Amino acid sequence: MFEPVLLKNVAAPDSHLLSTYEAGGGYQALAKALREYTPDEVVNLVKQSNLRGRGGAGFPTGMKWSFVPKQVDKPKYLCCNADEGEPGTFKDRIIMERDPHQLIEGLAVSAYAIGAKTAYVYIRGEYVTAIRRLEQAIAEAHEKGYLGTGILGSNFDFAVHIHCGAGAYICGEETAMLESLEGKRAQPRLKPPFPAVAGLYASPTVINNVETLACVPHIVARGADWFRGIGPDKSPGPKLYCLSGQVRKPGLYELPMGIPLRELVEEHAGGALPGRKIKAVIPGGVSAPVIPEHGLDVRMDFDSLAAAGSMLGSAGVIVIDDSTCMVKVATRIIEFFHHESCGKCTPCREGLNWVVKVLRRVEGGDGAPGDLEQLEMLCKGIFGNTFCALGDGAAMGLRAALAHFRDEFVAHVEERRCPFH
Amino acid sequence: MTMREKIKEAAARYPDQRSAIMPALLIAQREHGHLPGQVLEEVADILGVERIWVYELATFYTLFHTEPVGMFHLQLCDNVSCMLCGAEDLLKHLETALAIRKGDTTPDGLFTLSSVECLGACEMAPVMQVGDDYHGALDVARIDALLDNLRATTERVASIEPSARPQGE
Repeated sequence: MFEPVLLKNVAAPDSHLLSTYEAGGGYQALAKALREYTPDEVVNLVKQSNLRGRGGAGFPTGMKWSFVPKQVDKPKYLCCNADEGEPGTFKDRIIMERDPHQLIEGLAVSAYAIGAKTAYVYIRGEYVTAIRRLEQAIAEAHEKGYLGTGILGSNFDFAVHIHCGAGAYICGEETAMLESLEGKRAQPRLKPPFPAVAGLYASPTVINNVETLACVPHIVARGADWFRGIGPDKSPGPKLYCLSGQVRKPGLYELPMGIPLRELVEEHAGGALPGRKIKAVIPGGVSAPVIPEHGLDVRMDFDSLAAAGSMLGSAGVIVIDDSTCMVKVATRIIEFFHHESCGKCTPCREGLNWVVKVLRRVEGGDGAPGDLEQLEMLCKGIFGNTFCALGDGAAMGLRAALAHFRDEFVAHVEERRCPFH
Repeated sequence: MTMREKIKEAAARYPDQRSAIMPALLIAQREHGHLPGQVLEEVADILGVERIWVYELATFYTLFHTEPVGMFHLQLCDNVSCMLCGAEDLLKHLETALAIRKGDTTPDGLFTLSSVECLGACEMAPVMQVGDDYHGALDVARIDALLDNLRATTERVASIEPSARPQGE
């Protein structure tokens, strides 16, 4: 039986208060890091743990930290990406609403490791409850000396500020988030330079996701070997899975990285709704290519899902049953990407506009012969040719839907109607 | 605190005043309900930044409204998880119940109806944000009860003497 790590406090009444967090051993990892480890030793510990970023890309966290130059004249910044916008994902919201001190402790330990004195938490503006809880938690942490100057008797000074987003999915892309933090339209930057060298205000900057930062105190408290002992060695640790869609028990589940998708959906989340059969599952938010039912034995970790032609992404697991039209799902997904395209580059801005028009006419029964080939041509024009990963995600998702459920697309064109209506 | 003081306080968190435009716009929108041109100019003046920098943010981010919105902004998520749980039918029901189309405001100024992208609360799909609050696991009956509740709130407020009404933040 897996013992929850990241969600161990959330069921407690008043789980968001400092007293609850301290009663469960909270802030002892920060004390341990400041007392027993140099910043470099914390970076090495996180490297040895094989922690990989939980925001979607799965980049090794310790390696990202080690890119920050040691000697610079400028201040270093830590940014927390809490702009959770990938459809199907709600894990970071629940951490911030119910256990905000876990994030603050993660921020403090991580800032100590990289040498930052200031962190900005970029949190989506819709998350009003999470924002209020985090504000309250920051004030509590200041009062008890977990934030501020000379933290816990050390010479480490650290402050956390909240920056509210205003509804732009593109801010999940880390350089677009930095642009937004600097008060500009959120459009991705050309790389290099990478943020570790020249990020926020052209200073060395590390950007980590909420869940990634929440893992850090546990690694300090229990060691890299403990962390690597959970799930696959190259992609280890406890993992939050967001279950939603046409499934009996939607909700947030914490389980080891690498559990089979089938076990997650059928055992933990209770499987299909009464009288229905599962047709497909999107495993990692709508950017992740859809997996048909026969592929559900794949394991939920970065490498296994990549090998299966999809991705773990944000682990937003969306279950789709046999009552649902896949053309409609694909259309809604591309409409989303089209709406959220920042407009910077042509293949994404214009390409997705074109794709939406073709998909809407196919779904509406006005498709013409050649439309499916045109969709494939458009995907080819978008994939690999856009400034950031937004366009790639859209093209990969549509290609998978076209490949796995081609018969449904063909039926729409041939019958000139949606067979599900 | 006045709007100017709130904006100045928020701006102190950043080494560059331009970073404070987004927080300033959120503060101004809470104060005015939406962001007409003169409010954008006021924000630019308070922060001492170029007006175009303020305009370009107000027109880029979805949560900023340059046009007026109703007293209650009904924001129904129709992204995939909510769609799979019946959001489309709920949107049609809301359009019928309010006698407006998505994107419009009722003539009495009470309700604006929007469909929005994922609200990050898919475990309680279908979900709708009204003001600061999320309402989940919605069906037609719950929507009707919610609308009745919101209407009753405004009637209660309208019956109170203006001087005794609770003030916004």
